[in-house]
Amino acid sequence: MKGPSLLLHLGIILMLLLMQFVISDYALLSLTRILVLAVFASGYNLLFGYTGLLSLGHAMFFASGAYAAALGVTKLGMSIPVSFVFACLVGGAFSAAISAITLRAKGVAFMIVTLMFSQAAFLTILYFGNITRGDEGITIAENLRRFSVLGFAVDLTNASLRYNLALVLYALSLGVTAWMVLSPMGRVLIAIRENENRTSMLGYDVMRYKFVAMTVSGTLSAVSGAAYAILFSYAGATLASIEYSINPLLWSLLGGASTLLGPLLGTGFMMVLNDLASSYTDARLLAVGVVLVLLVVFFPKGILGTVRQHWIRWLP
Amino acid sequence: MILLETKNLRRSFGGLNAVDGVDFKLNEGEVRAVIGPNGAGKTTFVSLIAGRVRPTSGQVFFAGEDITSLPPHTRVQRGIAYTFQITSIYPNLTVHENVELADHGRGSVRDCLNIVGLFARANQLAGTLAYGHQRLLEVAMGLALKPRLLILDEPTQGLADSEIESFITLMRGVASRTTILLIEHNMKVVMDLAQRITVLAQGRILAEGTPAEVRANTSVQAAYLGSRHAAA
Repeated sequence: MKGPSLLLHLGIILMLLLMQFVISDYALLSLTRILVLAVFASGYNLLFGYTGLLSLGHAMFFASGAYAAALGVTKLGMSIPVSFVFACLVGGAFSAAISAITLRAKGVAFMIVTLMFSQAAFLTILYFGNITRGDEGITIAENLRRFSVLGFAVDLTNASLRYNLALVLYALSLGVTAWMVLSPMGRVLIAIRENENRTSMLGYDVMRYKFVAMTVSGTLSAVSGAAYAILFSYAGATLASIEYSINPLLWSLLGGASTLLGPLLGTGFMMVLNDLASSYTDARLLAVGVVLVLLVVFFPKGILGTVRQHWIRWLP
Repeated sequence: MILLETKNLRRSFGGLNAVDGVDFKLNEGEVRAVIGPNGAGKTTFVSLIAGRVRPTSGQVFFAGEDITSLPPHTRVQRGIAYTFQITSIYPNLTVHENVELADHGRGSVRDCLNIVGLFARANQLAGTLAYGHQRLLEVAMGLALKPRLLILDEPTQGLADSEIESFITLMRGVASRTTILLIEHNMKVVMDLAQRITVLAQGRILAEGTPAEVRANTSVQAAYLGSRHAAA
C-alpha cells in the first residue's frame, strides 16, 4: 500500500483513536462492538469479496473463538491473555480443518456444506449444554476480568480500555488483510474469483490458495469471536446461529465487498441503522429490511464499491 | 527429441469413446496441427494432454516423464500451456494484469504484449477488447507462461480474414521459440503453419504426415475433407 491509500487507512485509524475523546459512553460501547465485529467482517470479506467464495457458515468460526476463549477462562483456568492466544490457535486449527473438508465442494454446494457444518456446530453447542451453557450463555466473572500483564494492571470493565483494545485488534486485522490482498497472493485470489478455471490453467494451485484464504478468513473470525467473548464477557449458542453467518455477508455487501474498509463501514452502518430503527418503531427489522433493499437496488457494489467505481479508482 | 508422447490414450464419456487408444508423438520445435471432423475428439485429446480431463486409460509423457497423474497446474509449471477454444480471460482486469498473472513475475509482460500488438491497450479492461483482440490476449497469456509446448485450441475461430492473416504471421514468429500443437478448422491456417498434420476421426488417428501427404490421402478426403475439397 502506498501514497493516498496508505494515508487514508492510517487516517481512519487515527480518527477512530481520537473519536473516543468526543463521543458519549453509549456511542463508545457501540463503536467498540462495531470494531470487534468489523474484524469478523474483514475476515469474511477476504474469502467472499476477494476470493469469491460465499460461505454461509462463518458463525462456526466466530463461535469457535468465542467459546475457546470463554471456556479457557472458566473451565481450563487460563488467564484472559492466555485464553485469547489459546482461542486464536483453536480457531486457526478449526478453520484449517473445516476448510480442508468444505473446499472440496464448489459453488452452491460450498454454500450448503458450510451452512450444514455451521448448523452442526450450533447444535453441538446446544447438545453439550452442561459444558457450554448454550441456552443462557457463559459469562466471565468480574474478578477474572481484572488481571495484570507484565506488571501492568488491566481492567476489562473499563470502557475506554476495551475500546482501545478493540481498535488495536481492528488495526491489526486491517493490516493483515491489506498485506494479503495487495501481495502477489491477493492478485491470485482475485484471479480465482474472476475465473477459477483459467487461473488453474495458468499454473496456480487454486486449491492451495483457497485453503490459505479460507483458513485466514476463519481464523480472523475466530479472533473476533474471542475478543467479543472477552471484552463483552459473553459466549452463547446464539453466536453460532445462522444470524451470525448472514451478518458478515450483509456487512461486507453493504460496505462494499472486495474493499478493505467496506466491512468496517458496513458493520457500522448496520448497527447505527438498527439503533435508529428501534428508537422510532417496534418494527425494527422491517425498517432495516427496506433500507437494505434500497441499498442493494441502488448500490449493488456496496457503499465503498460504488465510491470506487465512480470516484476513487485507487481504493484497495 | 520427443517432447510429448501419448500411449494408448483413452477417454470415454458414458458409452462414447471420445479418444480411443491414441498413440501420438510430437518432436520438440515442431508445429503440429490436429484436424478432424466435429466430434472427432480433438478438444478431448488436448484436454487430456493439458490435464483438464482425466484419461480412462493410457499414459501421457512430457519431456520423457510420465505426467498422466499430474494435475493441470503442475503440468503448466512444467511447460504445457493451454489456450482456450472459448476465450477465457479475466474480463474485469486490465490487459496488463491478465498477462501479469501468466507471467509469474518473470518480467516479460511488456514483451508478450508487444509480440501480439496489444501493448497500446495494456491499461484497458480486457472485457472491453474487441473479440479478435481478446483472442490475441489469450495468445499473449500463453506466451507469458514461457511454455515448452503451446496448445492452441481453435485460435482463429471467429476471427475476420484480415485478422487470420496477421495471426499466421504472429504464429510463425512464435514457432521459432516453442513447440506448437494446434487444433484448427481453418485449412488455410493449417496448411500455412503446420509442418505435420495429425487427422483424428472418431477418437482415433486416421492419418499423419506432411500437409502434402495428408492432402493426398484418400481416406482423409473421404472422412473429413469431403468430395468438395477433394475435387479442389
